Amino acid sequence: DPLEDPNAGDEVLKSVFVIFFQGEQLKSRVKKICEGFRATLYPCPDQATDRREMAVGVMQRLEDLNTVLGQTNDYRHRVLAAAAKNIKVWFIKVRKIKAIYHTLNYFNLDTSQKCLIAECWIPRLDMEAIQLALRRGTEASGSTIAPILNEMQTTESPPTFFRTNKFTGAFQALINAYGVASYREMNPAVYTIITFPFLFAIMFGDAGHGTIAFLFAMWCIVKEKQLLARKSDNEIWNYFFNGRYLIALMGIFSIYTGLIYNDIFSKSLNIFGTSWQVTLSMKDIQHVKDSMIDPAMRGNVSGYHGTPYPFGVDPIWQIATNKIVFLNSFKMKVSIILGVIHMLFGVVISFLNSKYFNKPVNIFCEFIPQVVFLSFMFGYLALLMFHKWTAYVAGGFDGDYFTSERCAPSILITFINMALMKNNEPDAPECDPYMYAGQSGLQTLLLLIALVCIPWMLFAKPFLLKKAAASKPNEHFDFAEVMILQGIHTIEYALGTISHTASYLRLWALSLAHAQLSEVLWNMVLRIGLAWNDWYGGVLLWALFGAWAGLTVGILCLMEGLSAFLHTLRLHWVEFQTKFYQGQGYLFVPFSFETILKQAEAAE
Amino acid sequence: QTCLIHFIKRYCKPNPERMALCGPKLSLCCTVLSAWGIIQLMLMGVFFYVRSVALIEDIPLEEEYDQMSKLHTDMENGYQQNAYNCWIAALLYLVTLCISVQQFWMNNKSTYRV
Repeated sequence: DPLEDPNAGDEVLKSVFVIFFQGEQLKSRVKKICEGFRATLYPCPDQATDRREMAVGVMQRLEDLNTVLGQTNDYRHRVLAAAAKNIKVWFIKVRKIKAIYHTLNYFNLDTSQKCLIAECWIPRLDMEAIQLALRRGTEASGSTIAPILNEMQTTESPPTFFRTNKFTGAFQALINAYGVASYREMNPAVYTIITFPFLFAIMFGDAGHGTIAFLFAMWCIVKEKQLLARKSDNEIWNYFFNGRYLIALMGIFSIYTGLIYNDIFSKSLNIFGTSWQVTLSMKDIQHVKDSMIDPAMRGNVSGYHGTPYPFGVDPIWQIATNKIVFLNSFKMKVSIILGVIHMLFGVVISFLNSKYFNKPVNIFCEFIPQVVFLSFMFGYLALLMFHKWTAYVAGGFDGDYFTSERCAPSILITFINMALMKNNEPDAPECDPYMYAGQSGLQTLLLLIALVCIPWMLFAKPFLLKKAAASKPNEHFDFAEVMILQGIHTIEYALGTISHTASYLRLWALSLAHAQLSEVLWNMVLRIGLAWNDWYGGVLLWALFGAWAGLTVGILCLMEGLSAFLHTLRLHWVEFQTKFYQGQGYLFVPFSFETILKQAEAAE
Repeated sequence: QTCLIHFIKRYCKPNPERMALCGPKLSLCCTVLSAWGIIQLMLMGVFFYVRSVALIEDIPLEEEYDQMSKLHTDMENGYQQNAYNCWIAALLYLVTLCISVQQFWMNNKSTYRV
């Protein structure tokens, strides 16, 4: 049996041998050889009884030693078990003490070596609470001298601190991921609470999937305390759980847009009765492959009741072959209109920032030309859309050909011609190429004013700043640098308006993709279970519904949801925030035992 | 021989309660899926029963018909059969719900006992 070497703990193989010899010389030689080979010598008595006694003695000693070892092990185990109960508490105490000393090291020693001075950032609203806390600390430590709190002037820029609760925290985290707001500039997180779920819902618009997201988020919210106590380290679960209020809002808004698009798992609901009717006779229907329901008044008959479906898209569109063509036009226009509103809102926030920081130069040289450029070009585009929606009707108002659908000009072509200063060409020879009287003149005027804004944005601010710096000869003013910076900003803004406006078309693109995916899933998966004429169709449907549900949650809710989330985030970070956000601040990180302990736990 | 007895004693303890067929996560998934299935399939059955136009593409029909009456009968049968199929599937999901809820409770009990 291998024995354990007490020094190294390795297992050593030992061989035992008995040496018989005669005479003293052989004895000394054998001894020397054994010592040379580092063998241990044990005396072996001559008599058998002596040997037996020796063996018994050795066994006893072995047993005693084993008992001692056993007892020592038990004792050690007990001591460790007792300590194990306290070790977590000790770790926490040690970490707290370490953190306190680390922070105390930041303090400066006063000249009289009697007290410590610290410079720190405090939220102004919390001043009283801090005085109270200092007083409580003095009482707790039993000293007679109270600490003094003074406000001092500094040129350093303070950290940014937003008070958030568990609801607003998620939105603030989204904004902070792009960049922490500069000290005292407008916080876009407040508006993000509503604009984010809204823009998400436009891309996700399906009431069924919205319900799934909403139910999941509500389960997270209702079981909040239990799930928080679990302290899971699965990162993905933590992301979803921390965003539960965001997901709940996105679900509610998606249910709303789902009802507007009239899309529940790719089927529409007919709650109010459709506003369309078939005008063909029974005989004609039997012989045509498909026909168009004409909403215009032909004779006394029209395919359209006259009053639109009260809420949302008419349910007849789900069985129309040109559903996508119709919805495309609607969704694209809505995307551009919402995009222009969102961007104008961003520019207005930049005005509020300039007003707060008392920079009239910015208002005059940046805000006004920016808003004029954006609204005269793209605000006008949105206005054209509204005008086209109201000024043209199928068959024309009272049979007027000029207001019929045949003569409605394409807004895109009109806009391109406006930018190129070309004249519009009519759709048909009898039609008017313009939508209202004086359109070409007005468009040229708008274009010229917008073009004037570009040099206004480019040159006004540098020259004004140069004039202001000339009256202060001490300050260093580099005209070339300011000019280059202003040039970059102007180009960025002007090109940005065009590219960002087009970028909002992703609201249309993603909503189309989502609707089509949802339809494909129903047609390819669930419809197989509905195509059987016998009772075993029910069993097949049972199995297929499981597959359909799994794919719905996996592809449509998770994948499309993440995709729409990403695109909404991009719209907020790039298209909205580049209009006003500086984002050069740094976070206010107060001393907190909770954060320190949480970080230490996460590092383990 | 003593080693063999020792081995049997360690690994073949008698099990007084039945082990669950599926783990806690699978039974929770199946419970949620079954509840969803029951609600949605009941509603779909009702919509097929009232001959909703939205579901017209889901009933099995031929490509072409020569007679109107044949189209009518096929549509009526299609709607009726699909309504029954949906309700049969909903019933099957009711059974699945009972099984998965029972599995879920068994899983919960065994974790508490340990």
